[in-house]
Amino acid sequence: MTKRAFVQLCLLPLAVVVTAFFVIPMARLVLIGASGSQGIGAYAAILLEPRYRETLLNTIILAAATTVATLLVATISGLFLQRHRFPSRALLVAMLTLPLAFPGVVVGFLIILLAGRQGLIGEITSALFGTKEVFAYSIEGLFLGYLYFSIPRVILTIMAAAEKLDMSLEEAARALGAGPWAVHRDIILPALMPALIASGAIAFATAMGAFGTAFTLATDIDVLPMLIYTEFTLSANVATAAALSIGLGLVTWAILALARSYGGNAAAASG
Amino acid sequence: MTGVALRIETCGKTFADATRALEPVTLTIAPGETVVLLGPSGCGKTTLLRIIAGLETPDRGGRIVFNDKDVTHVPIERRNVGMVFQSYALFPNMNVAENIGYGLKIRSVNASERKKRIAELIALTGIEGLEHRRVDQLSGGQRQRVALARAVAVQPSVLLLDEPLTALDAALREKLRGELDRLLRALGITTIYVTHDQSEAMALGDRIVVMRKGAIAQVGTPRDIYFAPENRFVAEFVGAANIIEAVCEGGALVLPGGALPLANGTLDGPAFAMIRPEAIKLVAAGGARLHGRVDSVSFVGDRQRASVGGAAGKPILVDVPNTMAVSVGDKIGLSVEPGAIRLLPGDPT
Repeated sequence: MTKRAFVQLCLLPLAVVVTAFFVIPMARLVLIGASGSQGIGAYAAILLEPRYRETLLNTIILAAATTVATLLVATISGLFLQRHRFPSRALLVAMLTLPLAFPGVVVGFLIILLAGRQGLIGEITSALFGTKEVFAYSIEGLFLGYLYFSIPRVILTIMAAAEKLDMSLEEAARALGAGPWAVHRDIILPALMPALIASGAIAFATAMGAFGTAFTLATDIDVLPMLIYTEFTLSANVATAAALSIGLGLVTWAILALARSYGGNAAAASG
Repeated sequence: MTGVALRIETCGKTFADATRALEPVTLTIAPGETVVLLGPSGCGKTTLLRIIAGLETPDRGGRIVFNDKDVTHVPIERRNVGMVFQSYALFPNMNVAENIGYGLKIRSVNASERKKRIAELIALTGIEGLEHRRVDQLSGGQRQRVALARAVAVQPSVLLLDEPLTALDAALREKLRGELDRLLRALGITTIYVTHDQSEAMALGDRIVVMRKGAIAQVGTPRDIYFAPENRFVAEFVGAANIIEAVCEGGALVLPGGALPLANGTLDGPAFAMIRPEAIKLVAAGGARLHGRVDSVSFVGDRQRASVGGAAGKPILVDVPNTMAVSVGDKIGLSVEPGAIRLLPGDPT
C-alpha cells in the first residue's frame, strides 16, 4: 500500500462521519430553508422582516456585550489568580469554574433567584426605595446569565496563557521605566492577545447559540435560538426555522472569521 | 555620560521558602567601573544582580546606594538601570527600532528626539538596516546588540548584564566580547556583568568578584584573581591549576620527587601549593631539584600539555612549548620560579 493510500484509508472514517452528520444535514437544512411558501426568499426575510431582523440584532448585541464583559472580568481575575498565591485560591478557582457544569436552564434559574419577581435584588430595592427592581426576564437578565456561564470558559484559557508569559519581558519593560499600567498595555495584553481572541470567539459563539438560559429567561425579549424554537415547534414553520438556523450559523461564522483574521495579525505581531 | 558610584551594603537574600540565596555581601564599585560577578550556577551572582536592579529586595539591613542616594526601596522602574537578560527579553510585539526606543517613549521623549537617539544607538551597536525588522527575524548576535542598545538608550545610572553572551556560539561570543568591551569603555557607565565564563570575566572586568555558595570568595583585578587566588576554590575555578598538598621545610616545598625553592620568609609546616601549568618548566633531569616522569602529552596547537607523575602526590599538569620534543616515559626535571608558587590556606574553601 502506498503512503498516500494509507493516509486516505485512515481518513475514511472521518469522511463518513462528516458526510453523514454534517454535510448531508446541512445541505438538507439549506434546501428546507428554501422550501417554504416564500421559497429562497425565506433567507432574505431574515434581514427584511422587522421581527427577524430585530431579533438577529438583539442576539448579536447581546453576544458581543457578553464577550466584551467576559474578557474584561476574566482577564483581570485570570491574571490575578495566576500571579498570587493565597490560602483560599484553589477554592476560589473551583467556585469560578463551577458554572461549567451547569446546564443553561440552571443558570437561568439562578438569575431568577437573583433578579426575578421574588429575587434578592427585588427584595432589597423594594425595602430601600419602595420599588421592586426586576430584570431577570429582560436583556439585562440574559446578559447576566450569559456572563455567568462565559466567564469560567474564558478564565481558564487566560490563566493557562498567563502562566506561559515570559517574566523577563515584564522585567525588561520595568527596567526601562514602565509602570504597572504601561507593562500591562505594552507587554502583557499583546502577549495574551491570541488567547483573548480564541477564548473571546468561543464566548461569542456560545452566547449566539445559547438556548437553555434564553428558554428560561427570555419572556420580554427574543433571541435567535428562541425564535428558531418557536418557529419550529409552535408555528410548525419548518422552512423559516431552517432559514434562521442557517442565518445564525453564517453570521456567527462570519464574525468569528473576522476576529480570527484580525487576531491572526495580532498574534503574528506578538510572535 | 559619567558613571555612578555604587555601594552594596550587607545585602543578603533569603527566599520565602527559607532558602539562603545570598549571604550578606558588601561591595563598593567606582563610577564607570566594570565589575564582573563570576561563579558557578547557584552561587548567588544573579540574585545579587537582581537586588542591584531592584527586582529583588535584600533582607533587612541590606542597602543599595547609587551615588550616596539610598535606592533600596526604589522600584526598578524608577531606579534608571539598564538591564540585559540572558534571553535578551526583546519585546516580540515591537520591531527593532521600537524596542530600542521603548524606554525613551516611556520617558515621553518626543518623536524626533527619539528617532535621532535610536539612529545613534543603531550605529553604535552596528545593526544598521535592521530598524524595521521583527525581533524573531534576528540572529542571536543581532538580538544581543538590540538588547544592549535598548538598555543603554535611556542613559542608565548602572548597566546590568546577566550572562549576555551565554546563548551565543563560541566564535560569536569572542567577537561580541571584544565589541562589548570597547562599548562599555566608550560609554563609561558603571557596569555589573554576571557570568560563569572565566575568560569573559578576565577580558571584560576591571575587577572580578568570584562568588561561591552565596558568598564572595575573592574580589580583585583579573591579575590578582589569576596569580594570587586567596583560596583553593578561586584557584581551581579560574584557569587551570595544580593544587599540591605538601610540606614547607627550610624554605622549600618538599615533595616525593624532590623539592622546589620557595620565596623568602615562608613559614614551615603543611601547606596547599598552587602552581599554574604554564609556570612550570620542563628541564633536563640532571641538576634539577624536582624529578618526574612524563605520563601523557597532548598537543593542543599553541602548546602541549603534559601530565607528569612521580614528582608530587598526584600528577602535575605542565604546559610545554609546542616545538619541544617530549614523549611519554621521559624522565625529566621540573623547575618553577619561587614567585609562581602560591601557598593557600589548608581549608578547601
